[in-house]
Amino acid sequence: MSSFMEWVDARFPATKVWQEHMAQYYAPKNFNFWYYFGALSLIVLVVQIATGIFLTMHYKPDSQLAFASVEYIMRDVPWGWFIRYMHSTGASMFFVVVYLHMFRALLYGSFKAPRELVWIIGMIIFVALMAEAFMGYLLPWGNMSYWGAQVIISLFGAIPVIGDGLSEWIRGDFVVSDATLNRFFAFHVILMPLLLALLVYLHIVALHKVGSNNPDGIEIKKNKDADGKPLDGIPFHPYYSVKDIFGLMVFLLIYFGIVFFVPEFGGWFLEKDNFTPADILRTPPHIVPLWYFTPFYSILRAVTWEWLPGGAKLWGVMAMGASIVLLFLLPWLDRARVKSIRYRGWIFKTAVGVFVVAFIFLGYLGTKNPTHVDLFLMENVYWAQSFMILYFLFFLLMPWYTSIDPTKPEPERVNFK
Amino acid sequence: MSDIGQNNGRRRFLTTVTTGVGLTGVAVALVPFVSSMMPSARARAAGAPVEVDISKIEPGQMLTVEWRGKPVWIVNRTETMLDNLKTIESKLSDPESDESDQPAYAHNEFRSIRPEFLVLVGVCTHLGCSPTKKFEIGAASDMGDDWVGGFFCPCHGSIFDLAGRVFRNVPAPTNLQVPPYSFISDNRIMIGVDPEEVS
Repeated sequence: MSSFMEWVDARFPATKVWQEHMAQYYAPKNFNFWYYFGALSLIVLVVQIATGIFLTMHYKPDSQLAFASVEYIMRDVPWGWFIRYMHSTGASMFFVVVYLHMFRALLYGSFKAPRELVWIIGMIIFVALMAEAFMGYLLPWGNMSYWGAQVIISLFGAIPVIGDGLSEWIRGDFVVSDATLNRFFAFHVILMPLLLALLVYLHIVALHKVGSNNPDGIEIKKNKDADGKPLDGIPFHPYYSVKDIFGLMVFLLIYFGIVFFVPEFGGWFLEKDNFTPADILRTPPHIVPLWYFTPFYSILRAVTWEWLPGGAKLWGVMAMGASIVLLFLLPWLDRARVKSIRYRGWIFKTAVGVFVVAFIFLGYLGTKNPTHVDLFLMENVYWAQSFMILYFLFFLLMPWYTSIDPTKPEPERVNFK
Repeated sequence: MSDIGQNNGRRRFLTTVTTGVGLTGVAVALVPFVSSMMPSARARAAGAPVEVDISKIEPGQMLTVEWRGKPVWIVNRTETMLDNLKTIESKLSDPESDESDQPAYAHNEFRSIRPEFLVLVGVCTHLGCSPTKKFEIGAASDMGDDWVGGFFCPCHGSIFDLAGRVFRNVPAPTNLQVPPYSFISDNRIMIGVDPEEVS
């Protein structure tokens, strides 16, 4: 074996890459629960690509055939139901692990210098993932697929001057039609997966350049032994590869629990209205995107102030865009000298708490009729407006409150018991 | 490499020009690919007018037909419905339809050629959902007690009256669009054709 590897290494840096990124990549020894989700999102990506390949063998990207071909996969293709449920559940689980992965970065300041590019590339992955999920959702050509696509593509129509032309260009027609379905299929199965794979590669390249952050938010590279290895670092392989395998087993139990027993997840992972074919004359009575889009969708429709110059529609679209753009700016909005929430003061902790509550309630309200009263006192739209303001204040006031936040001194070495 | 006899200014110029020419080539090469995503000739040709028999629509009822892939509603409005339109004007965003999209011959009080027959593109001007009809007056429509009938968009809560006019403080910016249409006889209308084009 070793002579074979010598032969390879003389021609390709196999051992060198393995050492640099696995066996001698030093990760902080104090990783906790929150550090499972990076590896898990990579694995979910692989699952989505693998199941996706097998679905394309039976799926027909044609508005006349698409809905029936999905039913064919579910009923007639051997194990087709299993592969499709893995794919549809995988889409939702992708967002579960990615949201937790992003929240980890918020908790421990992983977006702060020198990891700004890790964060930015990660945010591009998040946006690409939303595009991938949105286009995949059109493919079953159910009624919710159709009207969901209709709404989201119309968002581009709000852009002054070029809006209408742009949405026609995206649809390839004046309404969502066969042309739209066909091109979304191309993007969903070719363009976006290639892009995601490239972005994930860049995300890891950037991460391995600067090294992983940790729950204490201090740089392990500051304390090295005589050989130049971080004193608080342990090799990624075997320590974290084994730990991640444990996390993976727990994840797979939950994931397959859903795939086998509750694949629709009560309408949260597969919506009821998508079990009827697309009907261009009838919008479903209660239209909602899948749960992972609802916080942003809530912001979109919370802007109803028509006195705004240019109209409420344009501002709603811009507010939704801004809610994502602000996330990109996080490394520069946060002025605190410490990274981890462990050493931050009460102000940041309160702000994160408020942000989490606002995000969850925006998500909840995004699934409800805006004119109904589902919480108390006032209609949902007014609650959504309130939570939207809190969401934006979290970011816009961040330069101020993080600079006056009474932080505690960071330790010299990581806490590890 | 030796710097002797090397003209850095010329080198930079040549590099810039070469890069510029290369990028122009890439931009030109993109044109066919970007253009291929525009609506095709077949999609453009699919906008044929639709002829509808409106004699079967009872007063107070609505018929939905498909025109250019969009739902088009034809409502036979009753006298009460027409009278109610005036009572709610203060709640509307654009009661005179000055900022909305309709042919000149439907830019009037009832937004129609004949007062009773309302023809609308049933697509919300917010984000393109098709609103739901809510014709019953009062609480029966689940739209509040002072509701006099109209349309409700389930996507983002926009509300329209029985002339397709949008209410205040909802996301939709303008009234529902009135398509070009014309009466070709007492009981038949042609959607997609202006009256002057009918001979």
